Amino acid sequence: MSQQNNWPLWEVFVRSSRGLSHVHAGSLHAPDAQMAVRNARDLYTRRNEGVSLWVVKSNDIISSDPDEKDSFFESPQGKDYRHATYYKASEGVKHL
Amino acid sequence: MKHEELDAELDSFGDALASATRVTPGNALRPEDIAVNGQAPSEQVAKYALTLGDDSLILAQRLAHWISRAPELEEDVALGNIALDILGHARSFLTYASLAWGKTEDDLAYWREEEEFTSLWIVEQPNGHFGVTIIRQLIVSIFQHLLYRELTASTDETLAAIAAKAVKEVDYHRDHATAWTIRLGQGTEESAEKMRHALEILWPYVDEMFRDEQIHQDLEGVAVLPSTLRQAWDEQIGAVLTEAGLQIPATGQAMAHGRIGEHSEHLGYLLAEMQVLARKHPGATW
Repeated sequence: MSQQNNWPLWEVFVRSSRGLSHVHAGSLHAPDAQMAVRNARDLYTRRNEGVSLWVVKSNDIISSDPDEKDSFFESPQGKDYRHATYYKASEGVKHL
Repeated sequence: MKHEELDAELDSFGDALASATRVTPGNALRPEDIAVNGQAPSEQVAKYALTLGDDSLILAQRLAHWISRAPELEEDVALGNIALDILGHARSFLTYASLAWGKTEDDLAYWREEEEFTSLWIVEQPNGHFGVTIIRQLIVSIFQHLLYRELTASTDETLAAIAAKAVKEVDYHRDHATAWTIRLGQGTEESAEKMRHALEILWPYVDEMFRDEQIHQDLEGVAVLPSTLRQAWDEQIGAVLTEAGLQIPATGQAMAHGRIGEHSEHLGYLLAEMQVLARKHPGATW
């Protein structure tokens, strides 16, 4: 069990079917990438959840800072015009 | 569309977007289907199915013992998954065999005596340390992979269908055992020594796997002749051991005759533990 501390943490991404994206499913410990993929298969696809797996070392993920949530993520609110659905199709334009 | 509506539409994709955790059973042959739809096999075919079922049942029981005892949580789940795969194969083979005798898979698993089990000696050998379990998995999963691959061509449709499901699962078991054998063989001096020790303990039970019995000869086209698998097995396991820096040990072969119900001293204890609950509460379901 003392080895557990030496095994790095990996994040697991599962793609459930062709055409969809990989989605974060959870994390696990593994000594290297090859074993991480095997462990991910055993831990996160045992109920038929996926057709493809990605693993990445947790340390290699650069995340946004939760403290900067306001400045990062509030700006788009109220800016409906950034959605295509904001615009009405002009009269006379067919096949749009 | 207002953006509230857009949000609602995106929400409607929620299932698809969050489908990494979506649970679907998938389509696969289940023991229940065999019990309901299956044609009863002949006495001979049932006896053959019983040998395959017994190998899987005893090995699954051995592997299940690792749950909560593996070196790592992740490995705990891996061995548990493999045990459950193999238990599934056992259930299919035993269910099919049981139809010939008007019994159920549980009758065969829980209500037979030691000398009625036809499993190979290698599957009843104690788990030992992790390396012993891995070498046993390497030996057995390469064998089963070759066996099931051939069995998919059996003229018995039910056996072929069970094999078609099992061969994919055993392919992963083989991959798992191969990866660990190479890792531990090439690891530290201690891990390599433990793997050499494991090979010496288990190699005496190799020849029994490939011995042709009368039942194999009688069921030409239905059963796989074990001796025909030996060459490919030797090549495959030889390649893994070479990569792992390990060698085939110079051991003798055990006088193993599991197919006729003669077992090593280990099976009785295993069965006592496996059968005690069903025998203490006959007819109970859980």
